[in-house]
Amino acid sequence: MNSSRNRYLASPYLVWSAGFIIIPLIMVLYYAFTDYNGRLTFSNVSAIIYYVNIKALALSVIFSVFATLFCLLIAYPLCLILTTVIKNGSSFLSLIFILPMWMNSLLRTYAWQNILERKGVINGILAFLNLPPFYIINKPPAILLGMIYDFLPFMVLPVYNSVSRIDKDILNAARDLGADSFDTFIRIIWPLSLPGVISGITMVFVPSLTTFVISDILGGGKILLIGNVIEQLFTQDSDWNAGAGLSAILMIFIVISMFVTAKYDREDIK
Amino acid sequence: MMKSALGRIYLTLVLIFLYAPIATLMILSFNSSKSRAHWGGFTLDWYLELFSNEEIMAAFRTTLFLAFLSALIATVLGTAACTGMQFMKRKGRSVIMGITNIPMLNADIVTGVSLMLLFLAARISMGFTTVLIAHITFNIPYVILSVMPRYRELNKSTYEAALDLGAKPLYAFFSVVLPDLMGAILSGFLMSFTMSLDDFIITHFTQGPGFDTLSTKIYSEVKKGINPQIYALSTIMFLVVLLLLFIVNYKPWAKRPHGEIKVTTKTQVIVASGKGGM
Amino acid sequence: MSNKLIDLQHITKSYSGNTVLDDLCLYIRENEFLTLLGPSGCGKTTTLRIIGGFETPDSGHVLFEGKDITALPPNKREVNTVFQKYALFPHMTISDNIAFGLKIKKKSNAYIKDKIKYALKLVNLDGFEDRMPDSLSGGQQQRIAIARAIVNEPKVLLLDEPLGALDLKLRQDMQYELIRLKNELGITFIYVTHDQEEALTMSDTIVVMNQGYIQQIGSPVNIYNEPENAFVADFIGDSNIIEGIMIRDELVEILGAKFDCVDKGFGENNPVDVVIRPEDIDLLGPGEGTIDGVVTDTIFKGVHYEMCVMSRGFEFVVHSTDYYPVDSKVSISVHPFDIQIMHKPESEDEKAVEIDE
Repeated sequence: MNSSRNRYLASPYLVWSAGFIIIPLIMVLYYAFTDYNGRLTFSNVSAIIYYVNIKALALSVIFSVFATLFCLLIAYPLCLILTTVIKNGSSFLSLIFILPMWMNSLLRTYAWQNILERKGVINGILAFLNLPPFYIINKPPAILLGMIYDFLPFMVLPVYNSVSRIDKDILNAARDLGADSFDTFIRIIWPLSLPGVISGITMVFVPSLTTFVISDILGGGKILLIGNVIEQLFTQDSDWNAGAGLSAILMIFIVISMFVTAKYDREDIK
Repeated sequence: MMKSALGRIYLTLVLIFLYAPIATLMILSFNSSKSRAHWGGFTLDWYLELFSNEEIMAAFRTTLFLAFLSALIATVLGTAACTGMQFMKRKGRSVIMGITNIPMLNADIVTGVSLMLLFLAARISMGFTTVLIAHITFNIPYVILSVMPRYRELNKSTYEAALDLGAKPLYAFFSVVLPDLMGAILSGFLMSFTMSLDDFIITHFTQGPGFDTLSTKIYSEVKKGINPQIYALSTIMFLVVLLLLFIVNYKPWAKRPHGEIKVTTKTQVIVASGKGGM
Repeated sequence: MSNKLIDLQHITKSYSGNTVLDDLCLYIRENEFLTLLGPSGCGKTTTLRIIGGFETPDSGHVLFEGKDITALPPNKREVNTVFQKYALFPHMTISDNIAFGLKIKKKSNAYIKDKIKYALKLVNLDGFEDRMPDSLSGGQQQRIAIARAIVNEPKVLLLDEPLGALDLKLRQDMQYELIRLKNELGITFIYVTHDQEEALTMSDTIVVMNQGYIQQIGSPVNIYNEPENAFVADFIGDSNIIEGIMIRDELVEILGAKFDCVDKGFGENNPVDVVIRPEDIDLLGPGEGTIDGVVTDTIFKGVHYEMCVMSRGFEFVVHSTDYYPVDSKVSISVHPFDIQIMHKPESEDEKAVEIDE
């Protein structure tokens, strides 16, 4: 084909991604390591050790670890069920997880306020059943619940993908060789689904770690996560250098999780 | 039998978890009391007032226009990039795909502030244009990750056959290759549209004063209580999409020769692209 | 060859209304190489999966050494399966794959190590212990799948089209390999294939199946030379199947000409189907044989020529080492012993059989 020129079709995107993906990320690093007057400084980055910041980061890490764990605990059985019980699992899945996205995600998160609050849906039901009410709104469990709700699809889809790709005859072979359901799960299904699980973990961990919306809406503004700190630095304090410094810290976490995913992806291919 | 019954119960519980907030919002859109704490009786007022609320309608129009325009531009740029990549060496291709993965795997807040810093440094005043640029930027990867796999499956020899039969390259592309890609391109477009429609974080950092999408409007109202007219609008949007999905999936005339059009999410795309070996 | 090792009694199985097996009865003797042969969709794989325990029949029983195992799960059965696409565990090394069943049974490490060594030697892949499955060729993966099954010392080895994915040369090599393995191990093989040549080469007994019914059970020679109906004749090798009339014992009329044959007991003036194998037709000069014809097509096949001879409105396929160019006038002669007479199908079922293929 006489078409070495055709590859220039990619150049508009290349220019675009250089301008709006690469350069902005360099800008973050530039602001992170300079002060207001453009002089080199490490104080923006080292600001992470201040009590408020380190506490927010630690809280974020704790929240995202739990959110990821719960998402996995909910998603994995779901995927196992979907591969065995439902015939056309994948289109069913796309439908039930995509459909909610057409209702604004902020609104859906906000609706949990209604469900969880003192006189909300759940307490209404509990009162009707003469059970004691429970209050989690504006407390950490509500934020955790919001994270699980918002990011569950990010866990379900990759896990489902890897579980459903396991050849049925491989499971039959394990049974044939004497393995019971438990052995088959431990020795075959779990290790083979690991790439999907890892991918799901990073897909849930990163947005949970960095969210400021969920803590805002369901935490009643009382619980500051690292996302909230950065958001406030940018939009309220207009202290871009400080905000960029903490963002750079976040990027370290993100880069680590990207490497982990990439590593497992490659092993999957091999 | 026992197992499958337990499975169905579990599925139902997850479904309730997923749809409880949606049901709540729909019910609230008929609640005549403005306070969401108690039920004041059934009303359609929010639906009627909605259309004369210029603020909400403006945000709605902006959201749709932004989603449409950004998805369209992203689709053109992304499809062109995929086509260009077919003629590149492996190395160049993997560099581009690596860059493409950055906005997918990066946290939205970092993407948002990075663009904000760029616009601030370049002294571009923030408004519709900056938000549009931001949306195009995070939409292109969806298009690329949707179209690239299709290109990989594409039978190169149909294109060569068209050339062999005397077609000019451009004609061969539009008559043979493009129709084959159409399903993937359309699904990339739909994905972009959906993502743009639902985005809040990146818009939040790149918007200027006086600019609102539905998401930013909702966010600004969270503290003081959301206007129930927004529930009404969301319910309408949701039901319209439900209806459209129903029509596309269940009507025989909607069957397409190039595979059904599916809306896909970020994770699905990433998983799909992971298979390709990047 | 002694008692029944596996006994399938009145097995019926259907999937969403489609009957795959209909009242199938079959037994397998100890130490037998039995092949289930038939076109795709004939029910052979389902039969195998019922024996393996991966499917439960809708009705009927599976007996193993006289005990009913119909409801026993696969992990409790003394049979092992070699799957069509090998089904090796992709995340385990070759030795872990082979050790899988033994580890489940909690055998000692020393025992397992010995077994792996023995099994790899048996399938001629010594030294492959630490390789991963996907670094192996198809043929090697196939051998590993066999090794993985036989280390568990099953009484029966089930093989589901195990050579289907291999190329021709490898397939022929593996056929000999399998026969050798069977003789060395002294266990029962149940083998599923759609390849009649494979079946004829390896089996002690062939079960020809179509549309959920057993068409014929017999030794390879028996099945090839004396097909019981048109389906079997057509499926096993190339055949000329011609309608004829049995005039009396040992005389049949085909295409208006009388041929001597050796079959008896078909009554007088009864319609029959006549099978003549292509290699059993002798071509002679015009007028010398029983009926005259014209060569319409000749293809060189290596060992022989394959020719089509049009005679009285019927096109015979003829295999011969002699070359006759297209348009040659010839005549056809068949030795009485090479004419095989079959009953016309009677029931609707059997008629349905004929349409297939």
